Amino acid sequence: MSNSELTVEKLANEQYKYGFVTEIETDKLPKGLNEDVIRLISAKKNEPEWMTEWRLKAYRHWLTMKEPHWSNVKYNPIDYQDIIYYSAPKKKQKLNSLDEADPELVKAFEKLGIPIEEQKRLAGVAVDAVFDSVSVATTFKEKLSELGIVFCSMSEALQKYPELVRKYLGSVVPYTDNFFASLNSAVFSDGSFAFVPKGVRCPMELSTYFRINASETGQFERTLIVAEEGAYVSYLEGCTAPIRDTNQLHAAVVELVALDNAEIKYSTVQNWYPGDKDGKGGIYNFVTKRGACRGINSKISWTQVETGSAITWKYPSCILQGDNSVGEFYSVAMTNNMQQADTGTKMIHIGKNTRSTIISKGISAGRSNNSYRGQVRITKKAENARNYSQCDSLLIGDKCGAHTFPYLETNNPTAQVEHEATTSKIGTDQIFYLNQRGISTEDAVRLIVNGYCKEVFKQLPMEFAVEATRLLSMSLEGSVG
Amino acid sequence: MLEIRNLHASVEEKEILKGIDLKVNAGEVHAIMGPNGSGKSTLANVLAGRPEYKVTAGEAIFESKDLLSMLPEVRAREGVFLAFQYPVELPGVNNTTFLRTALNEARKYRNQPEISAGAFLAMLKKKMQIVEMPDTLLSRAVNEGFSGGEKKRNEILQMAVLEPRLAILDETDSGLDIDALRIVANGVNKLRSKDNAVIVVTHYQRLLNYIVPDFVHVLYNGRIVKSGDKDLALELEDKGYDWVKDETVTAK
Repeated sequence: MSNSELTVEKLANEQYKYGFVTEIETDKLPKGLNEDVIRLISAKKNEPEWMTEWRLKAYRHWLTMKEPHWSNVKYNPIDYQDIIYYSAPKKKQKLNSLDEADPELVKAFEKLGIPIEEQKRLAGVAVDAVFDSVSVATTFKEKLSELGIVFCSMSEALQKYPELVRKYLGSVVPYTDNFFASLNSAVFSDGSFAFVPKGVRCPMELSTYFRINASETGQFERTLIVAEEGAYVSYLEGCTAPIRDTNQLHAAVVELVALDNAEIKYSTVQNWYPGDKDGKGGIYNFVTKRGACRGINSKISWTQVETGSAITWKYPSCILQGDNSVGEFYSVAMTNNMQQADTGTKMIHIGKNTRSTIISKGISAGRSNNSYRGQVRITKKAENARNYSQCDSLLIGDKCGAHTFPYLETNNPTAQVEHEATTSKIGTDQIFYLNQRGISTEDAVRLIVNGYCKEVFKQLPMEFAVEATRLLSMSLEGSVG
Repeated sequence: MLEIRNLHASVEEKEILKGIDLKVNAGEVHAIMGPNGSGKSTLANVLAGRPEYKVTAGEAIFESKDLLSMLPEVRAREGVFLAFQYPVELPGVNNTTFLRTALNEARKYRNQPEISAGAFLAMLKKKMQIVEMPDTLLSRAVNEGFSGGEKKRNEILQMAVLEPRLAILDETDSGLDIDALRIVANGVNKLRSKDNAVIVVTHYQRLLNYIVPDFVHVLYNGRIVKSGDKDLALELEDKGYDWVKDETVTAK
């Protein structure tokens, strides 16, 4: 099939589209980590005393921990003393609007195809742009504040709403939780904070674009979203990163808290640099994401489209504490070339009549490895808990791998748990059928893959679904052989 | 329109077509008949460019162009359409999206602007009447969970949308009951014109009662051993394929 070989060669030679470096003066600490570095980070951010102490406690705990290696991924040892833990664009002054933002920064967003101006106008999205760890532009704040909604960077939240942050930070993912979460707790640079008060329905999608920029800077984002009684919020997270030769560590923590009758929808499109076709470079993405459905009838829904990173280690989870609470996880994880992904979810049923749904779609191409790892735990008191899990794997080519590791633990006899799993390959007969209708092999694969992911894409907000489809097409380039 | 000269083709090293000569002009309907294993479907698939089939000798000239050197998708955009004997299921791929993508590929190739979603839907509704297709099949995934008859109707609907210069129907009648057969055949007849041509590959004469051919060719052991008009099909029905086989042996 000289046809597809040619296509593969052409596309494989295409450079990672978002691989450019923006020249922005950065203010960064020397490499390495110790208590002084943590105090310095905290001081630079002018944090309250309790925050500094919390970071130090996390650091001291982290020192007692070992890096976990139970996941189905392989990588060279990480030297935690060879990482810069803080890097911030030098700010001239506080920004009131985007016009005041660094023109280089605005240009960078334009190159990414996500001009904030456009976003503001078209979608009514409030964008909190996190650029190398510090928020530089926050929009729509006034509109939101009229409703009592807080949406700002974590740094700002610590200045303006320290008691709110203190009440919820670490309440879902404690600083002792796991190796990467502890590290994050000690050194997190910035992130987003959203608080939707009782009875308020957030009228727009809250959105943050992350971007790793300065070379060899580990990025440690900390995000906290709280929806009070009866509140609703939809949050979008999307990222792209430029080409780097050395591996970059990304260890974020996201905590969600939903009180009685509250709903949080958290959507992610992740496109960190995956490394080149031989696996060189690329981001290590070790993320802890967890939501607590604390109140009755509360609901937390995770939707993720993962196409990037050299390594992904990520399990957005739901703790279903409140009676009748609902947890959902919709995921598309695509790996190509030498990428490795070990991702899935945990659904912990504690309350009565709690329900959870897991739809996971893995796509493996090239020589990549894609694992689904999911836990469903029904605790003793969780009467009438229900779970439905569907884990599908799609293989493109014969050098990639797909694995499924479901863990089921049922401690209550009234539980109803269903698990379905399928593995399929894109058939040559399917490709020929589409070819015969005038559709090229590349486009045929895109159509089939998009069809396969439809159940997940339809969970995403419209604009985001379009972007996800585009990203997936990009990641598929060169995968047909 | 199409001229096939001395076409030889093999599948997995086994020679199936052993020198086919066939000329098809615009406006004509040719029926290719023959016993099982004679190479009918191979001929249809070779013309469409299925990668498992290797052409070992000969040529096929379509509209003054070398058909066999083209990629399958280019042949399609040039106007060669194969109605599959076994239409393929594409889970999750919406039937309407698929049809519109296919049409736009052909339009791009001809330097025509892409058709808008609205204009396409309006056109599609009309075309659906040709094959008496219910609307519900449009919102479903391509061929997924379709009955045999629905799949074949979907093939003819695709043909109606794409308006090919040359349509090749590969055993479109297989597995159809008499009503479905009539609907499919009527669809094909409505699409016949002086500008396009149809090659009907079939085992049975039955379909030719509905799609009346201008020429009938009998394929046996990789060669066309007999050609005639529509009466040949009736004669075959009457005498069976053994008659052709015997004649071929005698001729040797």
